[in-house]
Formats: sequence, C-alpha cells, structure tokens
Amino acid sequence: MKPAALSITDLTVDYPLADGSVVTAVSGVNLTVAPGEIHALVGESGAGKTTIGNALMGLLQAPGRVAKGRIEIGGKPVDIRTGRTDGIVQGKDVGAIFQDPMTSLNPLFTVESQLGETMRHHLGLSRAEARRRSLELLRAVGIPEPERRLKSYPHQLSGGQRQRVVIAAALCCGPKLIIADEPTTALDVSVQAQILKLIRGLADERGVGILLVTHNMGVVAEVADRVTIMLKGQVVESGPVAEVLGAPQHAYAKALIGAVPRVDVKLPRLPVPAQESPGTAAAREQVRARMGGGEEAKAGVLSVDNLVVEYGARGGFFGGSRVFRAVKGVSFTVEPGEIFGLVGESGCGKTTVANTIAGLAKPTSGSVTLGGLPIGAKRGGVARKALQMVFQDPYSALNPRLRVTTAIAEPIAFYHLAATKAEAVEDAALLLESVGLDREAGARFPHAFSGGQRQRIAIARALAPRPRFLVCDEPTSSLDVSVQAQILNLLKDLRDLAGLSILFISHDLAVVRQMCDRIAVMKSGEIVEQAPTEELFAAPSHPYTRELLSLVPSLDKIAREPVAV
Amino acid sequence: MIASIGSRLGQAVLVMLAVTAIAFVMFRYVGDPVAMMSREDASPAEKAELRASLGLDRPAIVQYGDFLGRTLKGDLGISFRNQRPVVDLLAERLPATLELVIVATLLSLSVGIPIGVYCALKPDGALTRAIQTISLVGISMPTFVTGIGLILIFAVTLRWLPSFGRGDVVQIGGWSTGFLTRSGWASLILPSITLALYQLTLIMRLVRAEMIDVLSSDYIRFAKARGLPSRYINFRLALRNALMPVVTVTGLQIGSLIAFAIVTETVFQWPGMGLLFIQAVSFADVPVMAAYLLFVGFLFVVINMIVDLTYTLIDPRLRTRRA
Repeated sequence: MKPAALSITDLTVDYPLADGSVVTAVSGVNLTVAPGEIHALVGESGAGKTTIGNALMGLLQAPGRVAKGRIEIGGKPVDIRTGRTDGIVQGKDVGAIFQDPMTSLNPLFTVESQLGETMRHHLGLSRAEARRRSLELLRAVGIPEPERRLKSYPHQLSGGQRQRVVIAAALCCGPKLIIADEPTTALDVSVQAQILKLIRGLADERGVGILLVTHNMGVVAEVADRVTIMLKGQVVESGPVAEVLGAPQHAYAKALIGAVPRVDVKLPRLPVPAQESPGTAAAREQVRARMGGGEEAKAGVLSVDNLVVEYGARGGFFGGSRVFRAVKGVSFTVEPGEIFGLVGESGCGKTTVANTIAGLAKPTSGSVTLGGLPIGAKRGGVARKALQMVFQDPYSALNPRLRVTTAIAEPIAFYHLAATKAEAVEDAALLLESVGLDREAGARFPHAFSGGQRQRIAIARALAPRPRFLVCDEPTSSLDVSVQAQILNLLKDLRDLAGLSILFISHDLAVVRQMCDRIAVMKSGEIVEQAPTEELFAAPSHPYTRELLSLVPSLDKIAREPVAV
Repeated sequence: MIASIGSRLGQAVLVMLAVTAIAFVMFRYVGDPVAMMSREDASPAEKAELRASLGLDRPAIVQYGDFLGRTLKGDLGISFRNQRPVVDLLAERLPATLELVIVATLLSLSVGIPIGVYCALKPDGALTRAIQTISLVGISMPTFVTGIGLILIFAVTLRWLPSFGRGDVVQIGGWSTGFLTRSGWASLILPSITLALYQLTLIMRLVRAEMIDVLSSDYIRFAKARGLPSRYINFRLALRNALMPVVTVTGLQIGSLIAFAIVTETVFQWPGMGLLFIQAVSFADVPVMAAYLLFVGFLFVVINMIVDLTYTLIDPRLRTRRA
C-alpha cells in the first residue's frame, strides 16, 4: 500500500506573545490524507485551519512555531523545527494553491517565467525543456490558447485562468500533496464549478492527495471525500463527507451545518448557534417605535425605470473615447416592505445598479424614483435620509479613526433627529443594542471588533437616520456562516418589525432564497429573469438562471435530516 | 502606446507654454527694460523711441509670440550683468552641474538600494536599527552642515581632498568634463557625497518600506510555497516590484538636484548652474533668471516623460493590452 500523502499526528502550533504568554492556534490535531483523496478542513475564521495549511507549507508567520507533533508527507517525516526533511522539498513534493488568484501571481513576470522557474530550480530543467513542460501543464489545467498564454502577464488573464495557472504551478513538479487554501472563494460560481472539477480530476487521475481548506460547506459536499471540522484550534468531528454533513454528531458541527443557507427549501429564520438576549429584542422594539413603525412609515415604491449606466474612459488628444456600458436598460420596482434580490456573477452590473440607487454613481439615462420622488445623483435631503446603504466589506466600511458611537451618532445629528448630543448618543447606544451588541461597545474603535460585529455596526449606522429603504450590497459574503445567519435574521427582523424595504444584492443563490420575496437575475448589464422567489427556484424560465442554479455547490446533494419548518 | 506617448507630448507642450508665459511675464514686467537700458537723463521722447525700437510698445500677446519664437530658436536674451548671451552662460555651467548630479545619483542608488534591501530582510537586526537611526540623522541634517563638516575633516584637517572648484577640466567639444583628470575626480568626491546624502537616505527608506510590503504579499508567499531559493525570491521577484516607486522618486530627485543644487554648489564654490542662478539673483539679472526658470521647467517635463516611459517598460500592466 502507498504511504499516506499526508499524515499529521498531535500537531500543536503556538504563537508566543511578547509578554511571555502563549496563544495556541492549533492543538492536538490528527489528520490523514490518502493519495488521490480530497480531505476538507472546515471551520469558521480563527478555527486554525489556515494555520495548519501554513505550517505544512513552512509559511507560519513569525513568531508562530510548531510546538509539538509529527508531520509525514508521502511517508517521510518532516522536521517540525526547520520544516525540512530528507527527500521532501517544498514546492516539489508539496504544492500550494492560494485563495486569491488576483494576488498570488507576480504582476511583473510572464506566466512562462513563473511556471518555469519552479521546474528549473527543482528539476534542473533547461529553459527550453521548462517551456515545453509549462505548455503541457497549461493544457492539463485547461487554459485556452496555451501557447499565447505562456507569454501573457497575469493581468491579461481572467480570475479563473489565473487560478488555473496557480494550479499548474502547484502541479509542476509532480507533488504528492497539494494544500489548497480557499481555492475558489474569490471566484464566481461558474468558474468555481470548473476549478472544483479540475481539482477533483487531479486527485482522481494523478493520485495527488489534496488538503482543501475552506469555509464553504457547499464546496465540501461537492468535491471532498473526507471532512474535518475544526473549532478554536481543535478537531470537533472528522469522517467521510456524507456521514459528517448528513448526520453530524457534535453539537457545534450540527449548528455549523444547520446555519448554512439551503437552496432547496425556504426557512422562516436561519437556525443560529446562539440565541440572542432579551435586551436585544427590547431595543429592537424601541428602534422600531422610533422609526415610526406601522404602515405610514413604509417607503414608497422604489422604481427603477430603464436605467442605463456607462463608464466612460474619455481619451486624451489621440485616444478615442471608450465607453463601457455597465447597465443596459434595467427596470424593476421594489414594493414597500419587500426584500428584493438582485443576483448575478461578478461584472454583471448589480453593484453598479446599487451604487446608482444610492447616488454613488450617475445614471447615463433612465430614472430612479422612491415614492414618486426622483433620486438621481442630486437628491433632496428626504431621499438622502430615507435611503441608506450597507456595503460588502465591513473592514473598509467604517472609519478606523472614529469611535463607534461617533460614527453612528453623526447621521442622527446631521438630520436633527435628536434634540441634544446626549440624546444622539443614547440613540446610538440603542441602535447598537438592537443589532445585538453591547451598549458599551460604542466607546471603542472599529479595529476592536470582528468582521461580523463590524457589519452589525455598519447596519446600525445605516439605521441611524431612520431610513425606509436599505440597499445591501453583498452584506454577508465576507462573513462566516454562523455570523451570516445572524446578520440575515437581523435584516429580516428589521423588515418584519419596522417595515423596511430592502434591495438585497448577492451572488449566493442560497442566501437569496432565504431572504428575498422577489428576485431579478442579471447578466451582462441586463435583467434576464424576474420572478417571485419560490417561482424562480421551482421553475426557472431563462437558461442562464437554470445554469446558475445547477452550478451552486450545495449541501443538498447529501441527504440531510429534514428541518422542521 | 503611441497614443499615450502622443498625449504625454501634448501635455508636455501645454506645461511648457505655461512656463514660457511665466518666464515672459518675468522677463518683460519685472523691472522696466527701458529704464535699465537708457541713460539716466534720457528724455521721455528718447525713452519712447527706445521702447518702439525694442518693440515693447506692441500688444503683450504679440510680444509673447515674439518671445516664444526667439526661445524656440535658442535665443534667451543677453545677460544684464556680463552682456553675454544667456544660452552661452547656461551651456558653460550645465556640464559641471550635470556631472555632479549624475555622480551623486549613482552613488545614492548604488548604496541606498542594497542597504534598503538589507534593512527589509533583517528588520530586527542590530545593524538595521543602527542604519535606521543614522539615516534619520542624515535625512534631517541640512546640506550645508554636511558639506562644511566634510570640508573640515577631509580638506582642512586631513588635507586629502580639495575643498572648492572642479579641479582640472578637459574640453570635449562644448562640454567641459572633470571625469578625465585626477584632480577633477578628487574635487567631485566631497560635493557629490554631500549632494547624495539626502537622496541616499530617502531611497534607502523607500526601498525598505516597499520591500517589506512586497515581501508580505501573496505572490511572494506563493513563491516561497513553491520552494524557490530565497536569494532568487528576494532579489529577482521582490526587488523588481519594490523598485517601481524608486523610479519615480529618483526621477524627481534628479530634477530637483539639477535645479536646486544651489546650496551644495555655493558651499563648494562649484561653477554650476546653481551658482549662476545665485549670482543672477543678487544682480537682478532678469534674463538669466527667466532662462533658468524655462530650463528648470523643461527639465522637469522631460524627466517626467522619461519616468513615465520607464514605468511602461517595467510594468506590463501599463502597456496596452494587445493580448
């Protein structure tokens, strides 16, 4: 029998701190990857899954170190102190695939140079030989026109093509083990499906063992053979994918899998691992009361009529003007108190639509009205106050130099919604409580909060001017599943209790199904299909919608316990 | 590519037009040329005649066109102070300044880049800390203090090197060079070190910061994960990315060194452009000042264009997408 591609016994990784204490990022982890097997390592941020990957690649950030344990690659032990071993060479026997193909290739060197350098170094190939092998590799990973692509620079390739080049580089010396850290997280669903297929093929045809680090349960269900679920540096459950995902035993594993939004059935609320405090509910009720509540507070209809947005690159003296039409005549309406979903792949124009509605981009033609009032780039104070936005990345959406209370109280004071400064601060505290944070949190700066907490703060800030309409652009795509479930429930509650209308933009069809009343599917600047959610999922009429639905990696391929609806 | 060079050229022409307009205003309206050229007891009629003969009574725009035409032909007027064509004065002084600046720049690059890389690779080393501290002193020390200090040590106390002038120069065509004589080189050492010191610390700090940034980037981590040797990663893969901003800064620095080497040239009595300018200012020699302004403007426009073109050569992302 061939030795395991990877075998980890009792691995512990420490980060000694300056004050002498030690943070244990990974403790006592056991894991085996057989040749030709895809072993998924899942968990939420901070679980230590990436740390394991980095330890295997010898990329632990100082002062991190492997405190104890045993690592064997292809049956040969690795010296845990130096990361070296006889006969096992980093890059030759262990390949790596990183998360973001946009940043993992050096922008100043050609594809050929980046593929060839590894082989010339490890295998001692000549330039011509390396070139021939590079060409073979590009063919193997399915890049169109491989001869031409050898001479290309990374910026000339699409995200999917770049990830294929990265995979080719990982493969180039015939490794026994590939460590893939979130290899499809930065990609669109259709590209993701292709890359996953490619990775599955490598394991099956070349017998490479693959350690797949991911947070996406759908991806696990789609390609992995075995899965290990981690929590706070420890393994909580491990086993064949169908068993673990289908019938998890450990409480955390159950909660984690339960929190993954399902594509197959709509639930009234997403199951959340932890229950919220009664104070939060009370605060939310107060916020609702302030926002007016009831029928009269509802926004008018948001109506987008034949919207066209062009981005122009007007040339100088000699260059002609090149106009890119990002949105080509989009029309839809969002009823008061409705959650309207806008889905599509990156570059389809959905974010441009959101930005135009929020007044951040100028429409070339067409109109956007809220309750009959035009809200173009120039808008009155009423429309400005009524419509607020929640952005995708909670890390860059908050001013790092403003205390949270200041950030939230600012719009309250700006719109004269509080008589005194003390009242505005009290309002801000209430808002924080209503999104499930402590009142005291306001005294701190954004860097003191996790991604999920920051997104809650961003939502609280958007609620501060007592809006009637929220534009949410991928509000949960950078968050962990359990946090995502909480944020989605929060948005739903706000709609139910305060009558907010929400334009919900996402590329994640499962999330959209759980959230939205109606959905529009966008492709290259146009809406190809628009229907009530249940109808769209039951009977998609446009081929593109059908394609998107078929490509979503989901847990549904694995029989799950039926959830009580 | 051609379109982008074309539009660059267009912009350069616009900038130069603006600079010539300012130079013209200075030339024409700072002080009255007629009052300066005529005798003190000249009658108003004589002055008017002189004004007409000089063409100064024509509309300003016509005079500007005339000025532009003369400038294009290389006629920058006659120096008030020594009654010689300004172009000749500039041509005489330019080689001295250029040689000084070239040596200073090469010195700062060849020392600054390796030190910067070293500090980035060993961020916590004792030597790095020492270099960082010294460089802080270097960057905050005024040029004249450095210059005078160097003169004191190497010229006055040790008597190894001359403290002023260019030494013996050799004429090649219209160019006087100090590169060909022993005393020329000896005279270059102190002023070029003085001039290079600030630029050196700047480049070193820039390279260090950029290298640290690049070394933590994903593509360098990916290169490490592929097991490439660290020398190759540091000096070929990372350094090239780190040098991008160095190109810009070096370009701009060369420009300001040529234009504003005044302090160093004064300290070392270096017969360059800076000294010429200082003398022109103290004598209110307006044609020289206007010409100097034109020259500096032209210099910066040219250097900026060269920097932009170099950028396109280094960074494939800036080339037009032909693929």
